[in-house]
Amino acid sequence: MREKIKTMFRDMSDTNLLLFITIVVFFLMYIGAVIFQGKGFLKPQTFFNILNANAALILLACGLSLVMITGSIDISVGGVTALVSMCCAVYLDYKGGNVFVSMLIALGIGLAFGLVQGLLIAYLDIQPFIVTLAGMFFARGMTTIVHTNPFNVENEKFVALKETRVTVPGMGSYNKLGVYVDAYVEIGVIVAVLLVLVLFFMLRYTKLGRNFYAVGGNNQSALMLGINVKRTKFFAHLLCGILAGIGGYLYFLHVGSGAPSHAQGAEMNAIASSIIGGTMLTGGVGNIIGTFFGVLSLSTIQNIVSSAGLDQAWWTGITIAAMLCLFLVIQSVVMARKKKQVRK
Amino acid sequence: MSKILKNQIFIPIAALLLLAVFNLIMDPSFFKITLGYNSAGDPVLSGYLMTILDYGSELAILAIGMTLVTAASGGQDISVGAAIAISGSVVLRVLCGRDHHAETMQAPIIVAFLISCVVAMIFGAFNGTLVAFFKIQPMVATLILFTAGRSIAAWINNNELPIVNEVRFSYFGGFIPGIPIPTPFFIAAACVIVIFLVLKFTNLGLYTQTVGINENASRLNGLNPEFIKFLAFVILGLCVAVAALIKVSRLSTINYSVIAKDIEMDAILAVALGGNALSGGKFNMTASILGAYVIQFLTTTLYKFNVPADALPAYKAVVVILLVVFSAPVVRDFISAQWKRLTKKGVTENA
Repeated sequence: MREKIKTMFRDMSDTNLLLFITIVVFFLMYIGAVIFQGKGFLKPQTFFNILNANAALILLACGLSLVMITGSIDISVGGVTALVSMCCAVYLDYKGGNVFVSMLIALGIGLAFGLVQGLLIAYLDIQPFIVTLAGMFFARGMTTIVHTNPFNVENEKFVALKETRVTVPGMGSYNKLGVYVDAYVEIGVIVAVLLVLVLFFMLRYTKLGRNFYAVGGNNQSALMLGINVKRTKFFAHLLCGILAGIGGYLYFLHVGSGAPSHAQGAEMNAIASSIIGGTMLTGGVGNIIGTFFGVLSLSTIQNIVSSAGLDQAWWTGITIAAMLCLFLVIQSVVMARKKKQVRK
Repeated sequence: MSKILKNQIFIPIAALLLLAVFNLIMDPSFFKITLGYNSAGDPVLSGYLMTILDYGSELAILAIGMTLVTAASGGQDISVGAAIAISGSVVLRVLCGRDHHAETMQAPIIVAFLISCVVAMIFGAFNGTLVAFFKIQPMVATLILFTAGRSIAAWINNNELPIVNEVRFSYFGGFIPGIPIPTPFFIAAACVIVIFLVLKFTNLGLYTQTVGINENASRLNGLNPEFIKFLAFVILGLCVAVAALIKVSRLSTINYSVIAKDIEMDAILAVALGGNALSGGKFNMTASILGAYVIQFLTTTLYKFNVPADALPAYKAVVVILLVVFSAPVVRDFISAQWKRLTKKGVTENA
């Protein structure tokens, strides 16, 4: 039996091994939360609230997984999120515009960032970190140029969309008064989950998705196999930009306001979830489903921290950083051991 | 002519001249320096140029460490702003002791400074360990401290704002009585002299460049690339501590979320403007330090034209992008090919 498990681990691909670790960690953590933090975590609604609050983060993290699989990185997503919510807020509130156009604005901003950053990184061969760092500062700066002060959007149609809730059948629970309350998710969650599925199939079964892995795994071999490396990298950044745009809109839909301080540190959370989800920074390894679980793990930890009474702002930052650090080290150790085994 | 163009120091000097000419045309009063008296009655020089010398100093100090890190590891440390918050917080914590509004300092400044140096070097070592031994990309490894840093800084002082009332403490970020030039400039000059002596009399510079150019080759030649990368991050930690002392001394207190905000961007920009390859390898310390002052020149110019502080990053980002686009090998090759074609055409036409 032991031998069997050992060979099973050895034969697992890197992607599956890291995915396995992530899912196990998530379930352990959730069970731990249920045991130590009482029954609150047992209610399905607690889980759905985690989803509601993190629909945007899921998309941002998916975008980051795509670029990280190709061996690149993008840290502008938080800035793009802030810019998108500010632009949409200003458009909806001051011009009384309609909701559909605001969606187009979000998509356009995301597309523009993806396009420019992708061009610079893929075709001009500039370090992705520098380009996207500049992108992040540009987006943050532009956000304050568009509007300086935070404000809530009062456009009726938008508020109606924001308040729309989709009930999940059979998952409700009784509240303190003994009244049955349906469990619900917001629209953003449905969009996010659908996109996660689409991306999952794209990565696994389409040529472009497989090219991502090939380029990230080994640039040179991919080139020799006749893959257009530059175009693949460009598409990864383009997709990441678009996902940041959509994610930004979901964020906007969740909070319903525009502010320069929105999504502060979101890029860090997205990178952290992606890494926790088993995406290797070196490229070539990663899985969208893992990223999804990565986001859940990260937000579960945050929930545990805040329900344990450590809700001063600094604890969240410190726990996320510690968790990220832990997973980076795990990755590095797991990979080093695996390499040794292969050599044997 | 081509020899001057190829010299690395040409880039920051050209940028400096460009900015100077721009300011000269827009408003010559930019260059006016006046001798006035501050509230304590001591003579001080003031004017935009003095502001640049003053505020560019901590940037120059950071640029020293950032250049070494860039050269050795091929990546940049983006946690310097957060690290400054931490080590500034440590300085205040030691100086104020338990009482947050202590009338007198509880410890000599030098002790506080040394302790903050140790703390900053430990955090530098943390980054260095992740980068050198766990082989994590520098920017991602330092992203950890980038997020956690300001939280840690707030935690050190229990999120309170200690204030140092002693006048002596404000000398480091202000003026020493009787000397009209801002002290940060002297501190920066001292750091520059030290680093040049180190580069001249030790192999640090050579080894750093070797590791940056080819890690495997340097290992085969008997160097220890892990240790050199680690060392670069520790040295950056030291630079951070010095910069933090200046920053904290300016205010005599600290604001955890604002202190040294976006300074990592400026420090990286200084290195890039100095013409150093951001992918590691060869470096030119003089160019980086000059680059730091040019960045401050740019910032001061933008401030002068009433650009709000929050919008500043957007303008700088554009400068960074232009800078990296024009220093990208692909673009350079394209430009030089075009240039050759143009000049060739000229020659044949003449003939």
